[in-house]
Amino acid sequence: MGLLDFLFPERRNTAAVARDRLKIVLAHERASREAPDFLPALQKDLLDVVERYVEIRGDMLHVNVGHSGDTSMLEINVELDGATIKPIKNGAAAARRAPVPIAVPKPDPGSHPPWVKPG
Amino acid sequence: MPAKVIVLTSGKGGVGKTTSAAAVAAGLALRGNRTVVIDFDVGLRNLDLIMGCERRVVFDFINVINGDAKLNQALIKDRRNDNLFIFPTSQTRDKDALKRDGVERVLDEMRENFDYIICDSPAGIEHGAITALYFADVAIIVTNPEVSSVRDSDRIIGILASKSRRAENNMDPVEVHLLLTRYSPERVDKGEMLAIADVKEILSIPLLGVIPESESVLRASNTGTPVVFDDGSPAGQAYLDAVARLLGEEREMRFLKPERRSFFRSLFGRA
Repeated sequence: MGLLDFLFPERRNTAAVARDRLKIVLAHERASREAPDFLPALQKDLLDVVERYVEIRGDMLHVNVGHSGDTSMLEINVELDGATIKPIKNGAAAARRAPVPIAVPKPDPGSHPPWVKPG
Repeated sequence: MPAKVIVLTSGKGGVGKTTSAAAVAAGLALRGNRTVVIDFDVGLRNLDLIMGCERRVVFDFINVINGDAKLNQALIKDRRNDNLFIFPTSQTRDKDALKRDGVERVLDEMRENFDYIICDSPAGIEHGAITALYFADVAIIVTNPEVSSVRDSDRIIGILASKSRRAENNMDPVEVHLLLTRYSPERVDKGEMLAIADVKEILSIPLLGVIPESESVLRASNTGTPVVFDDGSPAGQAYLDAVARLLGEEREMRFLKPERRSFFRSLFGRA
């Protein structure tokens, strides 16, 4: 087989390639075909809400319906990796302001909660 | 018993829908069933040519839908078989002339007088194709062993399950069958063509028949003779087998192995 492949490199099993490509593309297409019609609208609405608080791009929010057995599950994933939190004001009004980076609270050695003994 | 409505559909064009519709209709008629085959491809009429009755078309499907002609004025009786009728479509109108309620009325009128109504669908998933499959009880998905045809077949199977009359009215689903056409066992052996098992597994619908790529199909369309009338040809026999399975008979699949051409045959080059 190895020698044949070497001698006739373009003579591979293209039917197997066709089969594998079809399986993958049809799995995707069937999943999106069976999805409820409201998913794109729901995704857009969720994006609008999340955008008021966090800088986010459209491709960072995913809405899917998964099936296992006879239960369906609505799955919403929001990536926040590297996202910036916007100043919290009255919702949409704040969205027009420049975002500020996420404030990471620095540990203050002087203020321990009462149940933590200072080391 | 009122007629069964069978649609031949594929999504993709050029896979052999009209050839298969003509062959299945003629095959059913040869088995003694009163059969009519309707061309739904308004504006691109071809069934009349494949059936060899292009010079006998006076009135068409759209004339009958619009009430300009009676059904029995438009139906063309086949000269080879008394059970077979051809219902040509209009070559000048467009697909919008296929009004769903008009089509339903004409089909209902035919249901009483025929055993089988064969609908030859246009390609695509637009109005014409949807109207052709809408009233189907049975769908024959004509597929070539090739990626774009298999993908489009999958799409059409999805549409049958959601947009047909049976789906919309929560009736028993349309009975779906796979008809694999232009199959070349030689190329499958070389790993150049999707095998039957691959297509069956991907589409997961029962297999009605496998029609081998055959010179007899072009000869049949050249002369306007459904290929089942050339019963010595592999394609003709494969279609007759498929018709027998459609009628509930068990038939082993044939023509799945590369053909050994005898020295004599290769000399004279007839398949």
